[in-house]
Order: sequence, then C-alpha cells, then structure tokens
Amino acid sequence: MRRLRGAWDWLDDRLGISDTIVPLLVHPVPRVNWWYVLGSATLIAFTIQVITGVALAFSYVPAPNAAYESLEFITHGALFGNVVRGVHYWGSSAMVVLAVAHMAHVFLVGAFKYPREMGWLTGVILLAMTLAMAFTGQLLRWNQDAYWAVALLSSMASRVPLIGNLLVDVIIAGQTVGQSTLTRFYATHVFLIPAAMFVLVGVHVYLVVRHGVSELPKPGKPVNPKTYRKEYQALLDREGIPFWPDFAWKDVAFALWAGSLVLLLAVVLGAPELGKPADPTLLEAHPKPDWYFLWLFALLAYAPPSIESLVIIGLPALMGAALVAVPFIAPTGERAPERRPWAVGIVAFLTLSVVILIYQGSRSAWAPELHAAVPASVVEGLQGDARRGATLFDQKGCLACHAVGGQGGQRGPELSTVGSRLSADQLTWRILYGGSGMPAYGTLLRPDEVTALLEFMQAQREQR
Amino acid sequence: MSDVAPPSSAVDPVGAHARRPESPAVLTRRRFLSRVSLAMSALIGLVLSVPILAYLLSPLINRAPSAWITIGRVDQFELGRTVQVAYDDPSPFAWAGQTARTSLWLRRTGQESFTAFAVNCTHLACPVNWLQDAGLFLCPCHGGVFYGDGSVAAGPPPRPLPRYDVRVQGDEVQLLSRPVPIGDEA
Repeated sequence: MRRLRGAWDWLDDRLGISDTIVPLLVHPVPRVNWWYVLGSATLIAFTIQVITGVALAFSYVPAPNAAYESLEFITHGALFGNVVRGVHYWGSSAMVVLAVAHMAHVFLVGAFKYPREMGWLTGVILLAMTLAMAFTGQLLRWNQDAYWAVALLSSMASRVPLIGNLLVDVIIAGQTVGQSTLTRFYATHVFLIPAAMFVLVGVHVYLVVRHGVSELPKPGKPVNPKTYRKEYQALLDREGIPFWPDFAWKDVAFALWAGSLVLLLAVVLGAPELGKPADPTLLEAHPKPDWYFLWLFALLAYAPPSIESLVIIGLPALMGAALVAVPFIAPTGERAPERRPWAVGIVAFLTLSVVILIYQGSRSAWAPELHAAVPASVVEGLQGDARRGATLFDQKGCLACHAVGGQGGQRGPELSTVGSRLSADQLTWRILYGGSGMPAYGTLLRPDEVTALLEFMQAQREQR
Repeated sequence: MSDVAPPSSAVDPVGAHARRPESPAVLTRRRFLSRVSLAMSALIGLVLSVPILAYLLSPLINRAPSAWITIGRVDQFELGRTVQVAYDDPSPFAWAGQTARTSLWLRRTGQESFTAFAVNCTHLACPVNWLQDAGLFLCPCHGGVFYGDGSVAAGPPPRPLPRYDVRVQGDEVQLLSRPVPIGDEA
C-alpha cells in the first residue's frame, strides 16, 4: 500500500495531476440547465466516430477495386462488423444533429456574445468540418450513389468562378471518374479533416475553460463588455458549482442516453445496405445524399436554371458568411431569447425550412420515374387508338414525368383528369411543341401515334 | 532553467530580461535571433511544401495523353441505333478495377459514320439514359432531356451532350479518349 502511494505521488508530481488537471475538472461553473450538455455530447459523438472509424480502417481497403468488397465484408462477414459500421453511420447522424442543436442553443441564449466570440467562430469551422466529414464518408462506400456523387460534385465545383476547372481536375485527377478520387477522399476523411478537427476541438474546449461556461441568460440583463467579466466572476464566487461532478453528471447521463440510442439503432437497423458497387457502365443511377444533405439537394433542384450556379456556389458561401458574422453583428446586448424575437424567428424559420426541404428531398418529385407502368385500371375498358395510346404513353417516356392513375413521375403535371381540363387542340399543341420542361414530340411521333396519344389523353377524365 | 530550481518567477531569466527597456530602433541580439528563427521556420515550410504540393497536384501537371481506342467492329452496330459502349482507360491504375472503364452512347448514323456522346448530362454530370422507343436521352437526376442528336430537348441542361471524336479504321470503330467531360472539358 505504501509503495502504491509512493508510485502515485511520483506520477502525480511528474504529471501535475493534482496541480493542473484536478483544478481544471473542479473549476467553478454557473448553475445551468440540461441544454448545456449538447456541446459535450457533440464531443463524445466525435470521439465515438474516431474510435469506430479507426476500427473500420482495420478492414477497409481504400482502393477502387476493393473498397466496396471490403465494406461488404465488414457489413456481412466480420464479427460485429455491421454493428461497428452501424455505430459509425448513426454516430455521424448523431454528431450532425448534436452539433447543429448545440449551435442553435448557443445562438438562442446569446452565448456567442462577448467574450465568447472565438468559441462561436471555431464552432462554425468545426460544423463545416463535420459536414465535410459526413460527405466524404458517404463517398467511401464506393457504391453507385458514391460514384455518381463524385461526378455531381465535380460538376458543381466546375461552376466556382476562376478556379472551377482546377477543382474538377483535383477531384477527378485523371481521364475517368473515380480511379484517383477514392484515395483522395479517403486521405481527406481519415487524416486531413480529423487532424484539423483535433486541433480545433482543443482550441474550442480551451476557450470554454478560458472564458467559462456562459451563465443562464436573464431578460433585462444585457452583456456589457465593461462589466461582464467582473459580474461573471462574482456570480461564480456567489453560486458557482464545481464542474466535476456537479454539472458533469448531466453530461455523462445524456451521453449515456444518446450513445445507447446510437447503439440501439446500429444493432436494430444497422448501417444502410450499399446497393450496387460503383460502376461507370451502370447508368441507372439516381445519386441521393444521406438525409443531412437532402435539404441542400432539394434547394438546388428547385433553383431556376438561370440562378442555379449562384445557388450552388453562393448559397453555401452566404450561409458560412452569415454564421461568421453572427458574433460581430451582435457582440453585446440582451442574451435572453424572450428579448430577441429575431433570433428565435430565424431559428424557427430555418428549422421549419430544413425539415420541409428534407422531406421534399427524400421524395425528389423533380426526378423522372424510369420504372413506372401504366396501371391496369387505367388501361381497362380502353379500345383501339386509346389503348394503343396507353402503350405509347409508356414507351415514349411520357410516364417518366407524368402520372396517370397514381403511377408515373411527378415532374410534370398529373394527367389523370387531363381530358376534362384541356381540349383536343390544346393537347395536340402540347404534345407537338412541348414546353420548358418537356421535349417537343413533333419530330419524334408519327401522325397516327399523335392521334393515339390524343385519344388516350382525352379518355383521362374526371368521372373515371 | 535547471532541473533543481523551483519554478518561481524570481529566477525566471526570460521574465527578467523581458523587463529590460529596449528601443525598437536598435536591432538587439534577441530581436535578431527571433527574426532569424521565424525566417528559418518559413524556409522549412516552403521547402517542404514544394514537393508535397507538386505531388498532390501531379494529375494537373502530368496529363494523360489522348489515344485512339478500338471500341468495336463496324458491323456490330446497327444503323440508326444508339447503344451504350464501354471502354477502358488506356493507362489505368492497377487498382482501378471497374473505374478504369468509361461509358458512352454510340450512334451509327451511316455506313462509315458514327456519333459518340458522353453519358454525363451537361447539367450536373448525372448519367443520361437512352430511351430507344422515345428517341430521347433522359437524365434521372433533374429530368434533363436530349434529342437523339444530343441537342437539348427540355429541362435544366445548359448545353448539348458533349461528343467524342470517332473514326472508322478498316472495320474497327475507334474513339479518341479524352478526360470525362465535366467543367471546361464539356
């Protein structure tokens, strides 16, 4: 026992545990509520991602001819492989949700104000890096979605003014898509961004210690840089509690809950199936990002072509600039959300928009439906030309964009009742000359085919 | 600072020196050393970054040369039909696997004439599908449509489908390989 004691004293003296680390752990913090656990929860999610990511790297082969197979092995062959991959997958969702929630909370309670502006700014960069990790991670699956996402990303990058083509060359780095791309994204996902994140997380946490955890906002008690630090110190002296364990238990309890949820999802639902492997000769692809990018995906799809490049490049830049500007626009003043209606309004508006756009993105109604068939209920009872028209409606690609009887694409107008809406002349005109979203079929159809299609369209009436 | 000395500001030589008044006009030994150290650090960074940056950007410097590649015999393509053809990158990485391949749409327009279209939509590079019965290329991502000659029929694409150079040599159809048509290659 005495030897043990001696060994501890030696370690403690050489490492400075009692001198430096314990005071850090028990440093006083204000009494705050459960919302303050979000930051530490994000850090724990990051830690889980690092650990599961390292575990995955033990089997993942970052080469285009083996990445998919190695991931299939991890998912279906390796002991608990699906759970490890599942935790990494659901953990990334958790990290994005927690980071965004943490940022929204900090924004709502004005914790970005004096003297914590740098905490906010390092947080903005960390959020951008988290999203970059989420995106590069999706590509490492090296399935069809990932492969065509590279083409899509390069195409978007090509629209950046001045350096667009350079970016494309850096991403594709060769004559065909993908040969060099995978290792580039692998190095970025596994080394480059994580290394930067370690440093920034260190700075972010150091800043929390330097400026202290922000106290609960009080309406009518604005931040005044002249007096803030003095008042904060007085508050700590008056009613501060040691971080460990008086507040830390909440962090740990929440981490346990959130971590269990991630583990549960990983065990019950697992990681998503990969689908088909990356293959430049499989052209039936409709690359769709994971849910956390669906809102951007939808926004781009809805942007009119004339301002599309502006949306692709300008919108992310604008969002980044707006986030960076936050602590400079309102560095002082009221912190309480009840006195900051604009702050609350902005968060509510953005939350609602993102939820709606994610829903729209998951439906992607703007994408044509290539595998629909005219339902039997629509064809039934049709004779002669109208029946032939139904076949042509499918063959000529109409159904890819127009639904009848609940089947078909939603890109163009639904045509289940078009016979009641438009006259024969109007219908013919549209078929022959098309529109901005529809090809002109004038040169593609024989006159008898136009007649047949017209018969079929006119049979699509309300009483049906 | 020696190992035995207690960490106290009383014996902190740096602290003691720092209090000595220094005129900014005089290049003291300390200021000189500080500047030299910074300059040497910058030099280390510069020297290291040259090979690393060049290595990372090497695909931009060493561009793969274009080459004529045989993609099939003339008689295997039916007149007036558009078919998907895949070919291998002439100089792929050994580990490229399936990604050494590239697809294109080839249309036989006459006895000796062919047109080859890139599969990448000019909107956002998604792969366009050829609908044989309709005579249209359709992009599954945002509904871009192209006519059989590659011109834009509808939807968001800003330009016609990019083409590859094709020639007939003897009874072989050959294609001039080129970087995937994205960005200014389009």
